[in-house]
Amino acid sequence: MRARLATPRTGGLAALAAVVAVGPLVLPNNYFYDVAILAALNAIVCVGLNLLIGYSGQISLGHAGFFGLGAYGSAILASKYGWPPLAAMAMAITAVAALAYLIGRPILRLRGHYLAMATLGFGIIISLVVANEDRLTGGPDGLAVVPLTVFGFALQGERAWYWVVGALLVAAVWLALNLIDSPTGRALRALHGSEVGAGVAGIDAARHKVLVFVVSAVFAAVAGGLNAHYAGFITPSKVSFLHSIELVTMVVFGGMASTFGAVAGATVLTVLPQLLTVFKDYEMVVLGAVMMGTMIFMPKGLVPTLAAFLGRQAGAARTPAVERRAGAPGAGAEPRA
Amino acid sequence: MSGAGGALAMSGELAQYLATGITVGAVYALVALGFSIIYNASGVINFAQGEFVMIGGMSAASLVASGLPLGLAIPLAVAATTLAGLALEKLAVEPARGAPVVTLIIITIGASIFLRGLATIVWDKKLHALPAFSGEQPIALFGATVVPQSLWVVGATAAIVVALWWFFGRTRLGKAMLATSHNRLAAQLVGISVRHVLFLAFGLSAALGALAGILTAPITLTSYDVGVMLGLKGFAAAILGGLGSGPGAVAGGLLLGILESLSAGYVSSAYKDVIAFVILLAVLFVSPRGIFGVAAAERV
Amino acid sequence: MSVLRTDGLARDFGGVRAVDGLTFEIEAGAVHSIIGPNGAGKTTLLNLLTGIYAPSAGRIYFGERDLTGCAPHEFAAHGIARTFQNLQVFLNMSTLENVMVGRHLRERRGFLDALLHTPRLAAGERACRAEARELLALVGLEAWADAPSDALPYGALKRLEIARALAARPQLLLLDEPAAGLNPTETMEIHALIAKLAGGGITVVLVEHNMRLVMGVSDRILVLDYGRRLAEGAPETVRNDPQVIEAYLGAETL
Repeated sequence: MRARLATPRTGGLAALAAVVAVGPLVLPNNYFYDVAILAALNAIVCVGLNLLIGYSGQISLGHAGFFGLGAYGSAILASKYGWPPLAAMAMAITAVAALAYLIGRPILRLRGHYLAMATLGFGIIISLVVANEDRLTGGPDGLAVVPLTVFGFALQGERAWYWVVGALLVAAVWLALNLIDSPTGRALRALHGSEVGAGVAGIDAARHKVLVFVVSAVFAAVAGGLNAHYAGFITPSKVSFLHSIELVTMVVFGGMASTFGAVAGATVLTVLPQLLTVFKDYEMVVLGAVMMGTMIFMPKGLVPTLAAFLGRQAGAARTPAVERRAGAPGAGAEPRA
Repeated sequence: MSGAGGALAMSGELAQYLATGITVGAVYALVALGFSIIYNASGVINFAQGEFVMIGGMSAASLVASGLPLGLAIPLAVAATTLAGLALEKLAVEPARGAPVVTLIIITIGASIFLRGLATIVWDKKLHALPAFSGEQPIALFGATVVPQSLWVVGATAAIVVALWWFFGRTRLGKAMLATSHNRLAAQLVGISVRHVLFLAFGLSAALGALAGILTAPITLTSYDVGVMLGLKGFAAAILGGLGSGPGAVAGGLLLGILESLSAGYVSSAYKDVIAFVILLAVLFVSPRGIFGVAAAERV
Repeated sequence: MSVLRTDGLARDFGGVRAVDGLTFEIEAGAVHSIIGPNGAGKTTLLNLLTGIYAPSAGRIYFGERDLTGCAPHEFAAHGIARTFQNLQVFLNMSTLENVMVGRHLRERRGFLDALLHTPRLAAGERACRAEARELLALVGLEAWADAPSDALPYGALKRLEIARALAARPQLLLLDEPAAGLNPTETMEIHALIAKLAGGGITVVLVEHNMRLVMGVSDRILVLDYGRRLAEGAPETVRNDPQVIEAYLGAETL
């Protein structure tokens, strides 16, 4: 998704809002609402994660940790300590933001594989702690969560949650699009394009990386808290390494550096396993195949590949074909004399 | 407890933890070696490494269960795993050569999930046992009680390490692989086929993983998801010792195994698995190159 | 009045001393060139002067401030901008966006403004875009403004980097081989551009191999050889210096 973001931005946002609004006309029963809600929650996480992975060029294999901390934090404060659910969620989200800030600086000094492994280690430590501290978290059996009550009204039922989550998804996409089309967003994308070039343009790499890391963690924590109160239950599987991988797969499958791609990826990969529940045994095989296949055949992801395909079909060539310049620069290539 | 008796009991306890630690550490070392070999040949972290361990153990267990003697089941299981490794390289890694790091990471993670799913279909989700190689009568050794299988694990690992040292140091093929890891372009210029080296690296790593799985299955049992933690901890060991370094992989594996065992014994057994990842994070934060660090993976 | 001053600057790479005991000054408002054979340490010097490498020894002063050991974005914050020999263009962004990034330090809209797309931000974006277009026009790239930057030819990318560097309104502009890979017409355009910038008060430092450009546009020339200062002075002085001729220029007529 290049250049003019004005049109995709307002147009895409309107389209998304329209899809959400039209949903109830199309979804036949509560089961479908449930899938839609889960897809939207995943989409919120993925929109944030995409800011980190797709736009800023970082990676996190531990984001289920942030999701899970948002979920468990809110669940524990509300169910075990009787906090009002909104306050519990707010507290959990704040705690996750603080944790992401603290851990962000040292972790984001790393690059590539090392960064991947550090985030993975971090995510696993969280999942192990959650599984072990069973007095607090209910351990492997999970924890029951009180419903979300706002000023005495309990938010319950698929249809009510659908509207809340749908609205929040549109809001999340709006925030993400705003961020991308701003000096901060350009700074992040510049870091991805060339960290050296960004540095000499005055961009503080460390500060920006931590910023986007915290933002993506907050998105995940929000979705986690909502998930806990919606489902009425939370288990350690939501904090697991596998969940982290699923999230990354959704982002990568949908399209890196494409907010709508993240939404699409989350939707497809939430709906797909539901379609496959008949073939429950093949779930892992299909997930693994999808991951490998996407990266090999469609490395840019679903939405950018489709967009490029449609762009070619339209035949509109914006710029004339040009000679390949010599010495293609790579991100971070060192200038030497 | 009286002073001398107390000390003796303590040292017996310590010896026991060390014995466990070294046994487990040997397995981590084999997995870490697998990571390092592939990393050296291609710069790729093979997240499916743990699955090689699983396939080796599960294949051997099912072959033995179907009536084959151990002596036949083991080489067949290693061969099957090696084939899986070669297939992985040809079908998933080679088509994506030159892709950015994130892409390769997703591919090998996808491969590990795929292989695990395949395992549940070919076999099942239950635990499987492999008979111990030479009986289960515990032996007293330096104040600790060990099962004979532990000696097999440590002894076989030592033999494998020596064999690898000979392979990389003395044979043409091994030296070619080593050359590729040091400077791919130069290796190509002297006629070494980097594609073949990569192919072989995966095969070799798969075999190493399989052996780790087979050696340890009699002690820890095996199942479709035994590779997940083993793979991750093996990777932690590789980073601890220095990614890309053979001696580092061995040292890192042993050190991790011992630290894990000691902390499980003296600190908290519930958090046994956490120690590996805490060490991983500590190494990455403080000194990513590890103990025997080769060049830093990402140049600034 | 010196804009930039180094004192005994040195940089080692393993056993190789790429820059060795370099002490020199850059005068405000003048055009300086750094020349020398390949491997003389020219680009290493530029990397030191922009904080990409930390010096192994010596100090760097910008005006009154000691910037030794600062990070690249801190050097940039003091008004130093540069282009790269090996192009560090943000190929994942459009041509216009590349230039807009150059303005990063002059942006006064913060994170919250960005997140909520406040009217303040929208106004800032409009101003930023307009200025970026002007700069693209200055370097002759206005037709490519909305194209993805990876569609541009090499020569255009070099000019894009200059536009990006200018977006920061720097006091000191470092150009790393701006004429490399350009044809004579393009080189003359670069010459004119540099002269115009210097006329506008920007201190320009070039690393260049193109002697016609160097001799034509420079007020002072620094010659490096093996990381050390071989000669320094006005073009005529340097051109006729026997050591320089032997090490680098040869008996070429210019």
